Amino acid sequence: MRLSSEELEVLSILEENHRIPVEDIALMVNSSVEDVTAIIKKLEDEKIIVSYPALIDWSKVVGKENIVAMIDVKVTPKRGVGFDDVAERIYRFPEVTSLYLMSGAYDLSITIEGKTMSEIARFVSEKLSTIDNVISTTTHFMLKKYKHDGVIFGENNDRDRRMVVSP
Amino acid sequence: MMKEHQQYLSEMVKELKPSGIRKFFDLAASIKGVISLGVGEPDFITPWSIREAAILSLEEGYTSYTANPGLLELRQEITAYLQKRFGVQYNPVDQVIVTAGASQAIDLSFRAILNPGDEVLIIEPAFVSYAPLVTLAGGKPIPVSTHHSNGFKLTPEQIENAITSKTKAILLCSPNNPTGTYLNKEELTKIAAVVEKHDLLVVSDEIYAELTYDDEYTSFSSIEGMYDRTILINGFSKGFAMTGWRLGFLAAPKPFTEQMVKILQYTTMCAPHMLQHGAIEALRNTYHEVESMRRSYRRRRNYIVQSLNLVGLDCHTPGGAFYVFPSIKKTGMTSEQFAEELLLAEKVAVVPGSAFGESGEGYIRCSYATSMEQLQEAMQRIKRFMESLESKESRVQKLSAKN
Repeated sequence: MRLSSEELEVLSILEENHRIPVEDIALMVNSSVEDVTAIIKKLEDEKIIVSYPALIDWSKVVGKENIVAMIDVKVTPKRGVGFDDVAERIYRFPEVTSLYLMSGAYDLSITIEGKTMSEIARFVSEKLSTIDNVISTTTHFMLKKYKHDGVIFGENNDRDRRMVVSP
Repeated sequence: MMKEHQQYLSEMVKELKPSGIRKFFDLAASIKGVISLGVGEPDFITPWSIREAAILSLEEGYTSYTANPGLLELRQEITAYLQKRFGVQYNPVDQVIVTAGASQAIDLSFRAILNPGDEVLIIEPAFVSYAPLVTLAGGKPIPVSTHHSNGFKLTPEQIENAITSKTKAILLCSPNNPTGTYLNKEELTKIAAVVEKHDLLVVSDEIYAELTYDDEYTSFSSIEGMYDRTILINGFSKGFAMTGWRLGFLAAPKPFTEQMVKILQYTTMCAPHMLQHGAIEALRNTYHEVESMRRSYRRRRNYIVQSLNLVGLDCHTPGGAFYVFPSIKKTGMTSEQFAEELLLAEKVAVVPGSAFGESGEGYIRCSYATSMEQLQEAMQRIKRFMESLESKESRVQKLSAKN
């Protein structure tokens, strides 16, 4: 779908921060509140804006630390539907947070989150490997999150170092 | 027996006025929790790949002098950039000089072209250092006022009125600091006619060239007949967010640059070697970052212009830079009073327009090179401040009606 420059501008503002009031977006793109509201509705209806989640650093919350693993999966594609069938069987599991088809040494890349390591181990051995067409799995546990979706986690050293007033 | 120190100092230096911003800086710096709209530099940190290139240069031991006008490799990148971006052609070998910031390039220009008593027209409101640099080079700065009524655009008539037999040059700055005003090709062409007619030179400060929001930028040097009369000043500070690097450059006809190189030789030798490697990377590989910063400023410009007008501060929409220059005349205060009271009452720092010359009186300079969150908060505070002024005024009116 081809978007107008104004629609692209609204998208880009929302991508940075979707909590910004629609009144302010209207000022930023030199448009009316009604027009911006309509643009946002259209983008939502078209599923271009898919959802508005918050990016949370759960590792800072006691009792909420998650274990994250990335799993490389090799599968045999099925005649007619390719990888789509097996992908669907995998992404339906709620513990799977992302799933991509990849080029290279393996086919599917899965991100999975669980409370404990054994929970993830159980998913791999009981659910994932037993799916027909899954040939092999390699599981990598994530040790630390430095940057996610363009956002740097942890201490931000990029504070404003400028003088208060300058010519 | 030693005399008072004052008596040893140069009369010219003693007579230089300290920057009008200085006083305000001291006040603002003494208050905690200030939101500053007083900063004349980008809020972005230099793109990482540029920083990385300078780090690598240090690691590899590039710690020597370079050629006086800068690394040839950098000058080649600069001429390619000027050609591609503004359609002007310069020879990297003898028409380009890399300087310690655009300020040094302006200094070199005045020193190279001015004889004692030569006059230079400074278009006001103007950046604080132009007039002092003319004075230091032995020339005489002549202020030319522009007006709010046409968005602070310089007109040919305004120049004509200021020209004397001693006028040597005009300092043009588009987009302008502090008004943000941008002159398009048509407007520049009209100015060029006057320049031609009176046989003048133009020192064209194009440091904000990458930051225009409505039109494609036109370099004064690209206007027909103006190439030979123009010293083009540009740099990395604003467009590439590299203010602290102090890296600028100038491009001019060879007879000018030849002389300027001599001055550079005897004063600073060359710009820092390792930083020039950063600048090469900037021109080669980071233009997409410049574009993304420009988009971000544009949004903020739209936001602040409309927000200021909504709270009752009359503000024109500037075509470039990251400043807006609203009128505060309706408050009856001087721009210094307004800035000081706003700072004390609501902790928002802006720069009084009077710091940029007489015609800046009655205006304030607000820089929107700060985060959207900060801008939103600043606008809340300015709104509250304006309301408090209005209610004070209506109280005074009621009181005087009673008496």
